[in-house]
Parts: sequence; C-alpha cells; structure tokens
Amino acid sequence: MKRHLISAADLSRADAVLILDTAEELAALADRPIKKLPTLRGRTVVNLFYEDSTRTRISFEAAAKRLSADVINFSAKGSSVAKGESLKDTALTLEAMGADAVVIRHGASGAAHRLASWVHGSVLNAGDGTHEHPTQALLDAFTIRRRLRGDGTPGARGAGLDGLRVTIVGDVLHSRVARSNVLLLSTLGAEVTLAAPPTLLPLAVGSWPCAVSYDLDAELPKSDVVMMLRVQQERMGAAYFPSVREYSRRYGLDAARMARLPEHAIVMHPGPMNRGVEIAADVADSVRSTIVEQVANGVTTRMAVLYLLLGGMEFPEVAQ
Amino acid sequence: MTAAGPARGGAAKPRWLIRGATIAGSGDGFRVADIAISGESVAAVESGLDHAGATVLDADGLVALPGLVDLHTHLREPGREDAETVETGTAAAALGGYTAVHAMANTDPVADTAGVVEQVWRLGQMAGHCDVQPVGAVTVGLAGTRLAELGTMADSAARVRVFSDDGRCVADPLLMRRALEYVKAFDGVIAQHAQDPRLTEGAQLNEGEMSARLGLAGWPAVAEEAIIARDCLLAAHVGSALHVCHVSTAGSAEIIRWAKAKGWQVTAEVTPHHLLLTDELAAGYDPVFKVNPPLRTDADVTELRRALADGTIDCVATDHAPHPVEAKETEWSEAAFGMTGLETALRVVQHAMVDTGLLDWAGVADRMSVQPARIGRLRGQGVPLTAGAPANITLYDPAAPAEPVIASGASKSRNSPFAGMHLPGRVVATFLRGTPTVLDGKLALSR
Amino acid sequence: MCAASSSVAGRDGSLGVLDAEEIRRALSRIAHEILERTRGGEQVILLGIPTRGVPLAQRLAALIAEFEGRKVPCGSLDVTMHRDDLRLHPARALHRTELPPDGVDGKTVVLVDDVLYSGRTVRAALDALNDLGRPRSVQLAVLVDRGHRELPIRADYVGKNLPTSQREVVHVQLTEVDGRDGVMISEEEGQS
Repeated sequence: MKRHLISAADLSRADAVLILDTAEELAALADRPIKKLPTLRGRTVVNLFYEDSTRTRISFEAAAKRLSADVINFSAKGSSVAKGESLKDTALTLEAMGADAVVIRHGASGAAHRLASWVHGSVLNAGDGTHEHPTQALLDAFTIRRRLRGDGTPGARGAGLDGLRVTIVGDVLHSRVARSNVLLLSTLGAEVTLAAPPTLLPLAVGSWPCAVSYDLDAELPKSDVVMMLRVQQERMGAAYFPSVREYSRRYGLDAARMARLPEHAIVMHPGPMNRGVEIAADVADSVRSTIVEQVANGVTTRMAVLYLLLGGMEFPEVAQ
Repeated sequence: MTAAGPARGGAAKPRWLIRGATIAGSGDGFRVADIAISGESVAAVESGLDHAGATVLDADGLVALPGLVDLHTHLREPGREDAETVETGTAAAALGGYTAVHAMANTDPVADTAGVVEQVWRLGQMAGHCDVQPVGAVTVGLAGTRLAELGTMADSAARVRVFSDDGRCVADPLLMRRALEYVKAFDGVIAQHAQDPRLTEGAQLNEGEMSARLGLAGWPAVAEEAIIARDCLLAAHVGSALHVCHVSTAGSAEIIRWAKAKGWQVTAEVTPHHLLLTDELAAGYDPVFKVNPPLRTDADVTELRRALADGTIDCVATDHAPHPVEAKETEWSEAAFGMTGLETALRVVQHAMVDTGLLDWAGVADRMSVQPARIGRLRGQGVPLTAGAPANITLYDPAAPAEPVIASGASKSRNSPFAGMHLPGRVVATFLRGTPTVLDGKLALSR
Repeated sequence: MCAASSSVAGRDGSLGVLDAEEIRRALSRIAHEILERTRGGEQVILLGIPTRGVPLAQRLAALIAEFEGRKVPCGSLDVTMHRDDLRLHPARALHRTELPPDGVDGKTVVLVDDVLYSGRTVRAALDALNDLGRPRSVQLAVLVDRGHRELPIRADYVGKNLPTSQREVVHVQLTEVDGRDGVMISEEEGQS
C-alpha cells in the first residue's frame, strides 16, 4: 500500500481486498470483552477536522484508540485556524508534535494532497471538498461484501465485488463519496451506474469507469445495491433542479421504488440523510437499509486502514 | 516620445557595435550582419562594419530581434508591492528581452484616473529598465458599471491607448458597446478579459476530465468563447477595435479567425503558458498552475500554436502575474490566480513554436515585438532593425544548452509554472534606445 | 541429536528430517500425552496458531476424539497484532481468529504451533489470549522444537527436538496447506 490514502485510486484491487479482509478479522473485536489491540501503541494519530463532522471524527477516533494509538483532536473552530493560520503552518505544527498519521477533513478539494507535501507521516483523507472520501468507499464496499457475498464467513475472504451491480443516485457533481465509490467499486469488479439529472453529473463523466442513466426507475430492477447521495437544498439556488419536490419525484427513493428492487438488494446512504428528499423515512428504516451497520463498519474499516498504514515498518520516504 | 536617459547627438561616434548577429525581423529575410548603434538609434545594419571606437559585443550565433514588447503585464504597483514593484517587474522584463511593457490597470488604487496612470508611467521612467506604458481601466474601480475617464487618461502624460478591466470581464454588453464606441475618438482599443461571470462563479480549473476527477469547479471554454463572439460582433457593429486578452481555447481562436475573415478590427494575444501547459498539471493540486483563464487541454494548445503561427492570434503577451508565496502555498481553492512569465517568455516561445517548426525568428520578431507595438499604438517600439530605427534590440542565444528554469529571478515573486523545466535559449543582451539594460544575461543599468 | 536416520536430501538442497509417517506417530504420541496430563481432555480447548498450527490442532482434536471418544473444541488464534517485530516489516495480513463458542475462561488452553524457535510467537499468543479471557492454564504443543529460545518459554508437548544452527531454516509442510506432509531443513539466508 502507498504511504497515504488520499484517493480511492491509490488502492489496487489487491490493496482493497486486503483492507476488506483485515476489516473482516477486526470486526470480531467489537464482541470481545477487551475491545483493544496493542498494535499501534506509541503511535500518534491526529484528527485534523476543518469541517464539522462529529460522526466521522468519532469513527476515526474509535478506530485509532482500539488499536491503542494516541489520538489528538484538532478542530478548526476556536483554534488558531479560525484566527487565520494557514494549512501549511498547521501542518508544520503537527510535524513538530510528531504525528505518525494525520486524518484530515477539509472543505477544499486537494487539501489532503497539499498536506501530504508538508508532513512526514501518513495522510488519511477523511473528505476533501468535493474530491474524495476513500474510507467511506471502503466501508461501503465492506458493507456490500458482507451483505451480499457472505456474512463474515471464510468464503468472503479474498473476494471482491465482481458482478455486483451498484446504482449511485443523486448529486454526483458535488459528491466526494460518489467519486471515491465509482473508483473503488469498479476496482473491486462491480458494475457501477450513476443515476441523476444531467445537471448533477460532471460533463466529463463519460470518461469515468461507470454507466450513466437519467432514469432511476429503469435501473432499480437491475440493481443489487442502491446508494443514495445526500442532495443539498442550497443547490436549487444555482438552478441544478427546479424544486425539491420535482427532484424527489424523479430521483427520490420511496417505498414504491424500493418495492421494485430485487429481493436481495440493499439500500445504502453515507449519511446524514435528508429524510423525505432523497430517501423516504420508511425506506431508511427498512430491513434492506444498511445505514446503521455502515456506521459500525466505519470503525472496523478505519481500523484496518490505520493498521495497514501504521502497523508495520515506517515507509522509506519518511527518512529524509 | 520621451527618452530614458540623456539624449545624444545624432552624428556622434557609435557607442556600440553588435558584431555578427543573425538579424530577424528586418524585413529582408535572415542575414548575419553587424549593428552599429549611435546615440539612441541604429546607425547601420551591414556586414563588416568598422567598430570606430565603439564597444564591441560579439554576437556570433545570436539572434537579434527588435526589442520585445509585452501587451499584458501586471506590475502590481501601486498597492501590491509585496508581490512586485515597477522596479522589479521592469527588471524582470529587461532580463526577458523586453524593451516595453503595458502595465495592467488592476492595481490598488485602480488605474482609472489620469493621476494613477501618470504615477505608474513616471515610476517606469525612474526605473529605466524598459518603457512602461500604463493601461487604463475601462470602468471605474473595475466594477463594470460606469465608464472610467478614458479620454482624460488618453490625454495624460501617460498617453493611454489600451484600456482593459483585465482581471475582470466587461460583462455588461451595453457598457462594452459604449466603451468600444468611445475610444474611436482617440484611436484607443478595448482589451477584453473574456469571461462570462455567471458561467464561471467559483470556477477553479478548466471544465473537463481533470476538473471532474479532482472535484474542482469547472471554468467552461464557452464562458470565454461566448464573450469573444459577442464582442467581435459589437466591435464590427460600431466600427471599433477590439483586442482579446489571453486567448485560451481552440474555439476562441476559431471565432477570431472568422471575425478577421470578415475584415473586422479584432486582434488577439496568447500567453506563453497557454502555448505549452495543460490542465493535467493540476493533478497534484499545486496552485502554481492555477491561472485565469485556466490551462486547457492538448487540443487547445495545438490549435493556439497553429493560430499564432498563421497570424490569427497576432502576438504573444505574458500576462505576467506575480503573487507572494502565501497566496500560492495553500489549498487550490484559496490560492490566487496567475503565473509569472516575463523572464521565461522567449524561451517558452522558442520551445513551443520555433523548435517545433511552427514559427521562424522573423515570425517571433513579428509576434513578440512588431504586432504588440502596433496594437498598443506604441511609437518607437516594435520597429524592424534597419538604419534609423530606434536602438531597441534583444540579443538571444537559441543554442544555449537547455537549463532548468529557476523560479527566483529579478521578479519579486516565485510563482513560475516552468520552474525546474528544461527550456532552451538565453537572453544575452537587451538595449533600450541604445543603452544596454541587460548584458551577458545580467542587469546592466548602473545605479 | 540429528535426525540422520530418516534424512532425505531434497532437490533444492534441503534435508528431510521427518516424513509423513513420523509426523503421524509424533502427533499420536502428543495426543496421548495431552490426554494423560489433562485427565482425559477435561475442559481442554486446542487453539492453533495460523498458519500451520491450525491443521495440526485439528488433527490433534481428531486423534483425541479417536482415542478417548471426547470431542475437544478446536479453534485458531491469530497473533499478528500482538507481535513484537511489527515495525520490522510492512504491515502483515491478518489471519483468522476463531474461538470455540464457550470461550477460553476457565479452560485449559493448549496452543498448537508447527515450530518453536525464539518463543516470540508464543509470547504474542499469550498476550492475545490474555485479551480474550482468563484461561485456567495454558499449555503449548509443537511439532518441532528447534532451540535458540530468546524468551523463557518452553513447550509442554514436543513432536521432535531438532537442534539447528541459526543459519538453517526449518520447513514444515502439511497436506492441508502444502499438499504433502514433511519437515525439511535447509541452509538459507532469510527466514521462514
């Protein structure tokens, strides 16, 4: 594996499967009396969160602590950043503190890339602007594999997601989750289709490893997985769609649409949800929905990533 | 026409003899000859001249061009002296072989009054490295709502003829029409920064595969092309002159070709970076590659080179845009737009146009000196090297070994996208009205 | 004591020190010894250390069932996360940890591995076990003890004592993993 995890494109198929298999083994930890492993003892993981995201930050924190790493939380509000400290200066401070890994969530695309050029430790991208969110894609892939390719049985080990048909629905243009998922799911052998109004798809989407459809209803009967993306209502102001009502009517997943899915199909959402906009409440709470287990799988997957990045020898480039 | 430095008598002994240069842009093909400089003028261009007590400069293997003229430079003074001053910017220009630069108006305060343009003009005189021709703003404060006092700026000591809101687009079609009409009175030209503001809100990078992959808001080519098309039609309608700044797309070049075929008064410039670099360089999110208009695709680069070669695009203009380190050492979306370019322009043009066989040195003289001076209505610059011409001369060594570009030169700022790139050539000497501003690749003015 | 009598030179220069028959007899003896010392396998669980400790544990469980008619629970214990040499290699893939349904509390856990060498793997296994519960006691069964202990660890049940030099490498092959049974020694740089 490479030293940083900034984009899902950083992972080969072998890397991705290794992460999923490792997560599979670590999943059992949650049922043990002592939910801790000593592996990252003495390592320091810094959570550098410029955007408010309690859910993701706690997930990374839990993952690091379960591996006995020391965790330092740095949130932008009320810190020197709020007073105008640049990303570079913050990075240099973290270096001086001896961070072995920095988990960064930032509002600007490319922030993780820039940070990686200023620190020696590993950089984990926890979401940069509208660029990528690779650990979200990993936990999504893990969730899909568990549900549709074997629930923790040895048979699932080494398996990818070959042949599974995944439909991702919503504001792809502004979604880092969509970008990472398109890359990772196709690396793992799944067939990905994006369903959205044309205004919410990048113009160059034709060069991505996925199919595109404007007609959600046509895709539902063919989908093993439907992944709903959050639609921000502010997008209406920039004329991406005429009204929330029309968006919901054409691209929202309600109970009627859910009934058109094959019986085994699952419904996913990275959260937080806009209940009633892209997903109906009864769909979100149905048995097909993986939304709650995605959260638990998030900790497990992030533990696997932290272990694989930090659990072994330091990367040669570190010695500068 | 004012001189920088004391005037000399016309029939005085020649001060300099440039020996054995290949003269480009003299209007009669290539030949190797000597150039005798007497006072502020070229006394003779012939082989075998006697040096008669002048200082001899051995120019064997060097190309002699009329002094380069930049139609588009940002000297940042007044207001952003942390990035550049007239002194440092013109020094950089001289090192790049320039004898005249047009200083854009987006300073602080904006150059929208006679007072500011005269200040910039005087600063250029005092620095002495090259002529500084101020550009006046089209609208007050670049706000795009009211015309600035174009006439007063034209009548001022700075003798402004080129007007531009560069940095911003004159988006209001009515205002653009008025501006085009108004400058006819004093042979002015409106230089448009073509960028439809509504189509480019928050734009960061060319809209295409790269912007989709990197999650950066796209700057679509149509936002430039639509404005150019509109402005060409407006200029034709009112019978005025339009100059298009920093053309960056193949579609824009096509529209300009069409307008020229109609006989309309449309001229255009292209930057060195748009002749060489593409948006793929943004992959690492290094903001040194962030510029407005953005770097585009290979197809655009190919078409722009073709258009410059066939004259559809009249000239090369650097759009030298210096920025302090903190404005570029940050996240992409926070970073300032712009690249430096004065010191590397000729080397990039050699690499992209001459070494690829698209343009010869006569063509370079035309695109980098003659045309910019003509469009800028600049007297005494861009004059082919013949007896009697002002002694504005650039001596360039195209055979110098390809050295990696160093980001730190005379400019105060380091934001060059070519840093580390191997580019051929070297500016050896620059003469401004007979006075060397650069000798042996170093600044020559004594202080 | 070198196993010269049953040594067979391999094509790659390795020397065979145990063949399939000898392995079978050794495991048989160990199974009997376990039964002897644990009062017939009472409260015993066998945990194999991946990779090859696992099939060995399964074979022992089968033998115990054959000899005593008692089904001894069998599982696996991955020790990767508790190793003390993690920083010397890139991060390793994890193996399966599968505990019997009743857990380890109060049980006699017999750890099973193919080769006992420095003792660090067993120390890691003890740490891993510690986080899983509190066994009544822990014992160790190994197919081969090759000496050179770096920690105060000893095996309770040994298939074969095999004095080796540290430049030698011991290869254990088992049908379930490698398609055949055998133990070989070779001289190599690097390690198994």
